[in-house]
Amino acid sequence: MIITTPISEEVVRSLHVGQIVEVSGSIFTGRDAVHRYLYDGGASPVDMRGAAMYHCGPVLVKEKGVWVVKAAGPTTSIREEPYQAEVIRMLGLRGVIGKGGMGPKTLEACREHGCVYMHAIGGAAQVLANVVRKVEGVYLLEEFGSPEAIWHFQVERFPVVITMDTHGNSLHRDVEQASQARLQELLAQI
Amino acid sequence: MNSKILQASLLELVRRTSCDLPQDVDTALARALTREEQGTTARYALEVVRRNIEIAREKNLPICQDTGTILFFVTGPKGLDQRAFRKAGDAAVKLATERGYLRQNSVDSLTGKNSGTNLGPGSPVYHFHQWARQSIDVRLILKGGGCENVGIQYSLPNAALGAGRDIQGVEKCILDAIFRAQGKGCAPGALGVCVGGDRATGYAHSKEQLLRTLDNLNASPTLAKLEARILSKANALGIGPMGFGGKTTLFGCSIGALNRLPASYFVSISYMCWAYRRRGCLLGSSGKLSRWTYA
Repeated sequence: MIITTPISEEVVRSLHVGQIVEVSGSIFTGRDAVHRYLYDGGASPVDMRGAAMYHCGPVLVKEKGVWVVKAAGPTTSIREEPYQAEVIRMLGLRGVIGKGGMGPKTLEACREHGCVYMHAIGGAAQVLANVVRKVEGVYLLEEFGSPEAIWHFQVERFPVVITMDTHGNSLHRDVEQASQARLQELLAQI
Repeated sequence: MNSKILQASLLELVRRTSCDLPQDVDTALARALTREEQGTTARYALEVVRRNIEIAREKNLPICQDTGTILFFVTGPKGLDQRAFRKAGDAAVKLATERGYLRQNSVDSLTGKNSGTNLGPGSPVYHFHQWARQSIDVRLILKGGGCENVGIQYSLPNAALGAGRDIQGVEKCILDAIFRAQGKGCAPGALGVCVGGDRATGYAHSKEQLLRTLDNLNASPTLAKLEARILSKANALGIGPMGFGGKTTLFGCSIGALNRLPASYFVSISYMCWAYRRRGCLLGSSGKLSRWTYA
């Protein structure tokens, strides 16, 4: 299934945990420095309504005056848990792309505002760099440095798995609970 | 030692480490893929991983954008000029960063400023050792931040886990660490573990364990058995690739031991992601690359 940005509320609410989808359109990188900045009241330098924020610190090199993406896999999302809910609300995001999943505050914001957590494959920097068709722009590059800046990518069929949806479901919570039970069994046998 | 020759060898080592996984890891990941059922997200994750490894190798680009902490392990002859070696290593790292083999990954902890070169206090990391031979053995691990963040150190006894100061206690700690990591360290992963030592040497030794190949048999029968038990039990946890649920959570476990103080009993665990970037080479006395250590 391919979903295109700007993503409508109807489309985002039709998505469910466990679905494999591909995103086409605008995504914006943002990680620790950006989340902290926005949460602290910094103005977003670009309109991201309906788009997805991508937890990613990419490798880019300027070749003949043009930015070229050399590697662009996801970074661990849970570090943004204190800020994410507010950032989803403020920016009107329909998707948060990252890895490792997020916590209850973000899950609640997904339900309330209509947003899903899209799990990209961690470490798959080349597969994901390959679907970036164009670097549209970069913001806060001077302030935060290349890996922490906001990069605006046009992507085509960016592969993700929905692991947190608008219905209050979280694959991360489910796997953690199931593995917790298995762990207790294993510890008891030692 | 010729600084230009040494620098060229180290640059090639960095490039190869960042862009191409060693054979044993490649094989382990291919095997993991066949274990997961068709149509599952676990299988999908490993298929993307497979494709990613191939693209990185073909296009000579970093497997993962987080090119990680740069850990050099250098074993050289008596009289090896460590300052000259560092200088050549730093120059190679700076060049590798300019060429995009490494991400700009070294940040001033107080100001937040990125040096842009991967150079700075504590970066890259060099561990020097000496041996009786004339050649220089250099090994490199690039260890991403996601997996470094899920590393953990236990001090035994640990009442919450019911873990005492014995091998059973160690086993409990390691299983707990794998559970806590979930998919956050980019599972499936591999562990380097140290039993004993102090807090600093324990972690350092746990990272050195990652230099062993996955099929390397532990010289200690006790630890060899523990490694096998951990592998099978970790995969029974069902955390799976990326934490999506699945059959392969761990594909390697290497455990070493150091002596400890009577008062201390640490278990230090370093988690390595599936992008287990480990390479090595042997250099002649001029610094010229004579052969690769890992297939």
